[in-house]
Amino acid sequence: MNDMYGKGILKGLSVSLKRFIETYADDLKWIGKRYRTEEGIAHRSSKDGRGIFTIQYPEEKLPVPEEFRFVPLLVYDEGPDGEKIMRCTSCGICSRVCPPQCIWIVRSVDPATGRPFPDPAEFYVDADVCMNCGLCAEYCPFDAIKMDHDYELASFGRSLFDKARLAKPASYYETIRPVNSGRENAARAAKEAARSAAQAE
Amino acid sequence: MATPAPVAALNLSARFPGSVTADARPGYSGWIVEKGKLLEVTQALRDEFGCDYLSSVTGVDYLPEGKMEVVYQVYKTTGGPGLLVKVQVPRADPVEVPSVVSIYPGAELQEREIWDLFGIQFSGHPDLRRILMWEGFAGHPMRKDWKEAYYEEDGKPFKTRWPEGKHALAESKNPFGDNISYPAGFDPEKWIPEDAEKALYGALARYEVRDEAGLGTDHVIVNMGPQHPSTHGVFRIAVMLDGETVVSLKPVMGYLHRNHEKIGERNTFLMNMPYTDRLDYLSSMSNNFGYALAVEKLMNVRPPERAEYLRVMMAEMTRISNHLMAIGALTNDLGAYFTPMLYALEERELILDIFEAVSGARMMCNYFRFGGVARDLPEGTLQKIKDLFFERLPRRIDEIDRFLTENEIIRARGIGQGVLTAEDAIKYSAAGPLLRASGIPYDVRRAEPYSIYDRFDFEVCVRQNGDIYDRLMIRFDEIRQSLRIIQQAVKQLPEGPVAAVKPAYQVRVPAGEAYGRVEGPKGELGFYVISNGKPSPWRYHVRAPSFINLTAFGPMCTGQKIADVVAVLGSIDIVLGEVDR
Amino acid sequence: MDVKDLNSPGYEIPPEMQGLVAITTLDKVYNWGRSASVWPLMFGLACCAIEMICAAASRYDTARFGMEIMRPSPRQSDLMIVSGTVTKKMIPIIVRLYNQMPEPKYVLAMGACASGGGPFKEGYNVVSGVDKFIPVDVYVPGCPPTPQALLNGLMKVQEKIKGEHWKNSRWYQKGPDTVEIPVPLLGPDLIDPRKIGLAQTGAKGQEA
Repeated sequence: MNDMYGKGILKGLSVSLKRFIETYADDLKWIGKRYRTEEGIAHRSSKDGRGIFTIQYPEEKLPVPEEFRFVPLLVYDEGPDGEKIMRCTSCGICSRVCPPQCIWIVRSVDPATGRPFPDPAEFYVDADVCMNCGLCAEYCPFDAIKMDHDYELASFGRSLFDKARLAKPASYYETIRPVNSGRENAARAAKEAARSAAQAE
Repeated sequence: MATPAPVAALNLSARFPGSVTADARPGYSGWIVEKGKLLEVTQALRDEFGCDYLSSVTGVDYLPEGKMEVVYQVYKTTGGPGLLVKVQVPRADPVEVPSVVSIYPGAELQEREIWDLFGIQFSGHPDLRRILMWEGFAGHPMRKDWKEAYYEEDGKPFKTRWPEGKHALAESKNPFGDNISYPAGFDPEKWIPEDAEKALYGALARYEVRDEAGLGTDHVIVNMGPQHPSTHGVFRIAVMLDGETVVSLKPVMGYLHRNHEKIGERNTFLMNMPYTDRLDYLSSMSNNFGYALAVEKLMNVRPPERAEYLRVMMAEMTRISNHLMAIGALTNDLGAYFTPMLYALEERELILDIFEAVSGARMMCNYFRFGGVARDLPEGTLQKIKDLFFERLPRRIDEIDRFLTENEIIRARGIGQGVLTAEDAIKYSAAGPLLRASGIPYDVRRAEPYSIYDRFDFEVCVRQNGDIYDRLMIRFDEIRQSLRIIQQAVKQLPEGPVAAVKPAYQVRVPAGEAYGRVEGPKGELGFYVISNGKPSPWRYHVRAPSFINLTAFGPMCTGQKIADVVAVLGSIDIVLGEVDR
Repeated sequence: MDVKDLNSPGYEIPPEMQGLVAITTLDKVYNWGRSASVWPLMFGLACCAIEMICAAASRYDTARFGMEIMRPSPRQSDLMIVSGTVTKKMIPIIVRLYNQMPEPKYVLAMGACASGGGPFKEGYNVVSGVDKFIPVDVYVPGCPPTPQALLNGLMKVQEKIKGEHWKNSRWYQKGPDTVEIPVPLLGPDLIDPRKIGLAQTGAKGQEA
């Protein structure tokens, strides 16, 4: 029967009431661990999640998956004395593959010989042009440029990231991308082993 | 259904000896028609050969050859591959081609776009104005010899970035400190602004209304947008009103014209992949798919099995998330302010979670590569997909469906409103849900199966009335079919590599043309790519379904009340990134 | 607002009164009120607008920041979230909307395009950042920024509001209430009325 006006309103109210009650039902069932715990966040986004769907940012944050990409970072290894050894060799592949051309690299030149050497003199990522596509990280042959997970970059000015701002230690990279970095480290170790074996022959 | 004669077998040169020749350039196909015979040939194509659907029209600027070309894509709505018809004209001003709007009204907006961007005049076009840029803009920017203010080089990568890549903002090199360049000798102080809207308002049809006493009533022009909460972005509608009734309506666009194609012709082939994400930003996986298909046709590679399955899964997930958004937005427009949208967005968020886990970004996925996909599913994602698409979504879609379909307001405002008949839908080159809601069961996934869609068991959704309500309901139908496809794909998903070729940032693309089309959530999404063997495409054109669907917007609204304009627009489901590109 | 944030330093409150009485400045209360009811303009430009909608929807829910009331009219809004690519065809409208917003007003440039041109910067119809025309308070990089990144930016706006002093606010000063920004014109290319003189020298430079 569709002649009765207002039926839709009643139906809508009952739907709202049901959702409202569900919220409390789920809160009670998950009391103490629904909010601000990892499993609570996962539960709210799971197939059985009911009730309040909200992530209470900034008190709790939705964890980003390993592949998540935001603005790039430059990985450096820490030497025995804590010095920063940049993995970047300023080969320029990232700046060539970058679709909006937002990577600017000045290659270092040895003043004695005039020949270029690894570790870029300057490295810029214009975050106001960057499209977070991740192609630079995908095609970097030295695992030097990677996509960061840090998305809390709001500021009171434009964002031009230089080498000092982009550089992050390998240990940080390993914490945000454990699977990828594990695979890459293994591949690099294998390559190293093959090279030293070839040298030994 | 009788099997139609394949379009490729049509022999146009036998029917029109002397004026139609086969396109013999290596890597090209189709027919080159003499300019004077174009109308005759297209009429024959439509009436004699049954190619009743004009899919896309685009221009190509062959600067070195001194030619301009207009490329027409025609299909049969009964299915099968399409046919390319081309007209070549010398590149001397004014470049002129007869307009085919009288035969295929769906060409209206597309010919305006070609006039705007290439400066090809279409004689006989009823309303040839600029469409993406504004009236008075200097030059036709897609011409190969037109250079913008920030022009650096013809192709990327730019030499200034490496090895002496001292950072400099593009605007710091410009005398105005912004992306501006004027024609030589232009003096803004002496410049008198023209009435930019005069042409637009002049194009709106009007008729004289007189009451019994002979007293005339004037019409009212109402502008909706570009800042309007119901235009789904920066879109403007100019409506001529008689009281509350729409006399005529013109869409005004270009407020989000981001020069996708111009930038695309400077990018290398791979660089265009993340740019395609930003076309229809609600369904980036589907955009990736179309572009990858077009370039793979040129490169002649096929992705491995597992990649094919992943592609189909992602494309169908995109369709679901897009339709959820469409349903939410349309019900918003029908007056259910934001509540159904919240229900739909909740499910969409979970789909985006999967995209984020697989591709790294919620919206701009950039997941497809030529000959495969960027990476395999991360651990645990398959289980998430199973949970969502086998258990939660079927339940939730039914729930949203139950809440909305019987709602008296949605029925009252949807049924019988904004009708697009089947003939009109074909005539105006409507695509996707808009076409299928009008009773034409045309779906590229079945009409010309691409990838591995021929392996799946699903139905082409079709509804008969062509009104707003049917366009809402067909989205529910399509979500259910997509769920079926995803479920089958998950069950059949084989193990194996996800890329056929070693990942490379520089791909070799042989010279030639290719048209890759997919059934995007909004309709047929096509990428027309011409390669001349260089790292960047010579021509890169997007057949944008949202844009072409707007051709039917005016006719659908004529005679409706102004309040329904919003609902009709919502039911077309446009995304401005794709309309304006 | 927490009591410990409310209390101004330097004032001793006797132990028996603690929790009952707070000594604070007018600025703190006033700014707290303003920052907790920022009404954004319902104004979506491009891709970022979808993330803005997601931020307003149930998962991220800007209502928790008092920002759920998105006004489609600039006359009723405090914050303009420029969410997407600013094109030359659109910038006159954006400037007009900004002029129509009453003081105090804030602008958040969401995403790379609004902040500095973004991936489409080189295009012929794209403005290199909305700050070329209107003053921007907070920039949120990202393409697009995720809803959480946007929330982070919105918190920066609140931070800025909380740092303001009502005596120095320009909308309480004598003189015109707001600074009208001249609306750009669309000629052969975008014409910024503030740069007309520059255009002449530029045109001369091109001729020479």
